Amino acid sequence: MNDSLHSPLHGLRVAVTGGTSGLGLALVRALHANGAQVAFVARDAARVRRVAVELPGVHGIVGDVARQDDTHRIALQIAGALGGLDLLVNNASSLGPVPLALLADTECEDLQAAFATNVVGAFRLTKALLGALASAAREGRPAQIVNITSDAAVNAYAGWGAYGASKAALLQLSRIWHEELREHGVAVTAFDPGDMDTPLHALAVPDADPAALKRPADAARELLALITSSTPSARSTASPTGARA
Amino acid sequence: MKAATLAIQRPHDAKLLVIDANGTLQHAPRERLADFLRAGDLLIANDAATLPASLSGLHLRSAAPIEVRLAGRRSLAPDDVHEFVAVVFGAGDHRTPTEHRTLPPALRAGDRLALGPLRAQVLRTLGHARLIALRFDGSADTIRAGIARHGKPVQYAHLPQPLALWDVWTRVAAQPVAFEAPSAGFVLDWRLLHTLHDHGVAFATLTHAAGLSSTGDAELDARLPLDEPYHLPAATVRAIALARRRGGRVVALGTTVTRALEHAAAHGLRAGDGIADQRLGAHTTLRVVDAIISGTYEPGTSHRELLRAFASDAVLARADAELARRGYLTHEFGDSVLIAA
Repeated sequence: MNDSLHSPLHGLRVAVTGGTSGLGLALVRALHANGAQVAFVARDAARVRRVAVELPGVHGIVGDVARQDDTHRIALQIAGALGGLDLLVNNASSLGPVPLALLADTECEDLQAAFATNVVGAFRLTKALLGALASAAREGRPAQIVNITSDAAVNAYAGWGAYGASKAALLQLSRIWHEELREHGVAVTAFDPGDMDTPLHALAVPDADPAALKRPADAARELLALITSSTPSARSTASPTGARA
Repeated sequence: MKAATLAIQRPHDAKLLVIDANGTLQHAPRERLADFLRAGDLLIANDAATLPASLSGLHLRSAAPIEVRLAGRRSLAPDDVHEFVAVVFGAGDHRTPTEHRTLPPALRAGDRLALGPLRAQVLRTLGHARLIALRFDGSADTIRAGIARHGKPVQYAHLPQPLALWDVWTRVAAQPVAFEAPSAGFVLDWRLLHTLHDHGVAFATLTHAAGLSSTGDAELDARLPLDEPYHLPAATVRAIALARRRGGRVVALGTTVTRALEHAAAHGLRAGDGIADQRLGAHTTLRVVDAIISGTYEPGTSHRELLRAFASDAVLARADAELARRGYLTHEFGDSVLIAA
């Protein structure tokens, strides 16, 4: 743990949505191990409590980024617990229809659910926390937003319509926001972690061989390396595996 | 003056009364605010986000309904959310003007309060039936979650519709430590910040735990503003020094920014934490702030008293008349004034 004192992540104030499973949980663990000050958000109170107990000093917040009424309650708890914010990771994601459906079979409500979490939810929370991030930048801290996207945002995979379209929107939001926030010192990055062995992937592809999938901890390590690299910019990082989700 | 009754931070027809250092008055659309700042000037805002500081619940000893409005804290430290100074009302809500609100049941040290998911204890009364120090049970995270879920923004009868947090967070809202919105900052949006940047006007912030603007009780109102902790970032101190060297003005966005900066200036203007405990008025010699942009004000308020530090009584009397004559709106969502000292 003493290594964390030398980590560039030490003392960084980070919020991660979708922090109780998959990539989000792996990120929370890795950030904690590197001495970052971490707050995470998830919908299920019992799971939030479990992760908060596992990682002393980490702040667990119960809320649903897809719900408008939750946005500022979440933002208040993040900025309050951390005394500000340096890095926001919009990781919480919805697949849309489960099991995956062809676009023409996708119910409007399932499409809306994917956009509510993946686009509108990330947009709202980012807006609510932009003041805190810009404040960090004015104080000379490296302020950054990372939106978790997917190669399904770029490539057309049959069956991934709701998810892919919403992640494409998130990717474009990231690019435009990066341009607009540059003068305020806030960098916005879209990160595609690749095909991981996560609950979300298991919902999408129940018969996938877990051994063929990337471990979330490895994707988390890649993302942290990206965060600590010198000048982040808005881009869709190529997934090393080139696989979807 | 009439109150602005809609929770719109930047109405398109908002007005701005500009009072220059010679006491000349000029009316302008507030959308033209940037035109009244010059290259080299430094605009400083309060980036405190606003807590939903109104907590309704029960005084358990009497089983009587109460409304607790958090009003003061010792510091801005994230862990320091257990103890607060609070103003307490009896039954009712913001739709009743505060001056008509009932007193709470008699409050004694040790009394327990149930405020939604939160539990608190009265630590002591503070020389008035409505003013107490209280302590919440639980961890800092639990307290924050309880306030976030159960609290409502403090509001007054001139705004009938219930406010949501997004109505009272400014565009630059960061650390949630204010009890009422630092509402002069409602003029800010990212477009304005971009325009200022283009015009060579620098922008900086401090964080100041703005307290209640009114309690409806003359004796308590006379004690406002309560002591308010603030944080002055090193970057802001550097920006002030730079503006001075360039011959620019330091323009405070709001009374809370003025109070924090002048408090810090009286102690050497060093970056860090402080507690603003002074009153500003006609007697004040401004050490750092050259101009203020604030909401319009009503006669007899501490807000107008503070503006006497910027302009003479004769100039303010003319301004009072102009604000009334031109139908400027007042209160937190109202029109604005810019006064150069």
